[in-house]
Amino acid sequence: MGTISLKNISKSFGSTQVLNNLNVDINDGEFLTLVGPSGCGKSTLLRIIAGLEQQTSGDVLIDNKNVNRVRASERDLAMVFQSYALYPHLTVRRNLETPLRLRDYNAFERLPLIGNFSPSKKEKTESINQLVNKTSETLKISELLDRKPGQLSGGQRQRVALGRAMVREPVAFLMDEPLSNLDAALRVHMRSELSELHNSLKTTFVYVTHDQAEALTMSSRMAVMIDGNLLQLDTPQEVYDNPSSLSVAQFVGSPKINIFKGTSDSSGTVSFLNVSLKRKSSESNTDLHIGIRPEHLEITNESNENTFSGTVAYRENLGSDIFFHVNIEDGSNKIIVRGLPQFTHQISNGSSVNIKRVSDKALLFNQAGMRVQFTNA
Amino acid sequence: MEAKQYIGEGWKHAILIIGAIVVMLPFYMMVSMSLKSQQEIQSISGGLIGAQETQTFPVCVKTGYSEETCTMKPYQYNYWFAFEKAPIPRYLMNGVIVTLSIFIIQVLVALPCAYALAKLRFYGREFVFSMVLFCLLIPVHGIALPLYVMLAQAGLVDTYSALILPWTISVFGIFLMRQFFMTVPDELIDAARMDGMGEYAIVWKVMLPTAIPALLAFAIFSVVAHWNDYFWPRMVITGNRDLFTPPLGIREFRGGIDSDEFGPMMASIVTVTVPLIVAFIIAQKRFIEGITLTGMK
Repeated sequence: MGTISLKNISKSFGSTQVLNNLNVDINDGEFLTLVGPSGCGKSTLLRIIAGLEQQTSGDVLIDNKNVNRVRASERDLAMVFQSYALYPHLTVRRNLETPLRLRDYNAFERLPLIGNFSPSKKEKTESINQLVNKTSETLKISELLDRKPGQLSGGQRQRVALGRAMVREPVAFLMDEPLSNLDAALRVHMRSELSELHNSLKTTFVYVTHDQAEALTMSSRMAVMIDGNLLQLDTPQEVYDNPSSLSVAQFVGSPKINIFKGTSDSSGTVSFLNVSLKRKSSESNTDLHIGIRPEHLEITNESNENTFSGTVAYRENLGSDIFFHVNIEDGSNKIIVRGLPQFTHQISNGSSVNIKRVSDKALLFNQAGMRVQFTNA
Repeated sequence: MEAKQYIGEGWKHAILIIGAIVVMLPFYMMVSMSLKSQQEIQSISGGLIGAQETQTFPVCVKTGYSEETCTMKPYQYNYWFAFEKAPIPRYLMNGVIVTLSIFIIQVLVALPCAYALAKLRFYGREFVFSMVLFCLLIPVHGIALPLYVMLAQAGLVDTYSALILPWTISVFGIFLMRQFFMTVPDELIDAARMDGMGEYAIVWKVMLPTAIPALLAFAIFSVVAHWNDYFWPRMVITGNRDLFTPPLGIREFRGGIDSDEFGPMMASIVTVTVPLIVAFIIAQKRFIEGITLTGMK
């Protein structure tokens, strides 16, 4: 089992409020990602779960037991750190053994030399060796066991750090940006490996990252945090399609969502630039933000009441897609439009283009940044 | 261009060589005098090792040895007589006991202190650290008298304790190790806590191994200072020759009724200095290894 419940967690350092009354329920076997820009308090929240930091108020429950007063080492959680935090003076094997030795040997058996006289030690050493061997085979680090961390590459250290967390078979894994010290290619590769590892271990993962791509690709659910507040907790698809607020919409998705200034008239009908959405908002007679993702805009040859025009300022070719950074004619806005290479390869910097939106994909936000729903479909 | 460079390098070397000579000259004199006879020393002749003529040494005879025993080459006589006249091995052993005890206890005290000051958050930490810095400013000689009085009250004068106890808390050690511990990443300590280590286990099993280079630097300071210390042993060791440390032992050769005998005196000084130089050379090698081995990140 590995359920974790956070109830009304707040944390402040002096007068700075870092976490603001957070409630999260993490299910057993779930891959939950805490995602948000740096400084949003996600690492602090993870450290509170781990027991390395004490919350100012609120409760942490692991498997329905209140662990507020339980020390980090007794919560049966394992953590993987951004810098891996391997013991630099110990071999990989000893690094993996350390958490097991501390858990299995008693104080007498840990003593150098005379500890070996304990009758039960041999048996325990045997089982420790087995666990270490099993873990190192799973992670394919068996041939590294006799090296020191200083002699390993970044990716290998990453694996050893994972191994040190895995040997203990904890109720949950806590990961604090474990991929951010790897190079781009390895990071993408490790994403899929972590997902596979999660599938085979079936243990709860709590994963902290500032990279929304990692959150979208790996997690069963993601919690978007900004400025110490939990803004949305849902599946990645739901967060992407249905963000609860403007900040979430802007944070999730790359390239960023385009935001237009729009208005709703007395009947609630929403329009922006010269384009009418032909749909009604629940808030009438007000200024609105209209969010449209780059893939929901198209470059077109048509020119009618559903299109608007602009000049291409920068063309970003990613091979599979081309993103056009377009200055809209009235100069108010710079937007990003996705184009497929086969249709748009002839468009270059400085061309003027007409842009059409894909219907039913716009998102409405009010002036406070909260989501506004359409009233008719 | 090349020639110019050579001239520049030449100047640098010339200045460094002059500096080296100034530093090395006393050592040269010491070694040279420990090998030569009294006449050669006083007439400043004989170069490095003198003529090494076999002769009979009058002071030796006066001390009560037979003329036959006292007839030998000067270098033999100097070293033999130094060891005859004073129990130099005993002095060296005292030096080892005192400096090692001081260093070990200093480490036992300084490491947990430095760890707490660098990595634990507690009320009054900054105040405690400022007191440590403040203590760095107190000269030893300023508090020597009160210390002596306290030791006398406790009946500890003329014991090893008197030589060791006042030096067991090294604020310099605490400061140095604290500065080093500041550079150890917090994540390493958190990882150890997650693995189930207590705070003392973290100090000895995680912090100590990563701090070996800093510890060696501190060891050099501590051992050299207390091996060479003359002032404090002179104060607290008043009568018992068995407790003399090497610098006190050298004092035995100070001129007395036997008049000044520079040969044996210098021989004893060489004997006292050599262990320190050897230790330093070994430590220096380890010191450099230590720095290159720590791949923290």
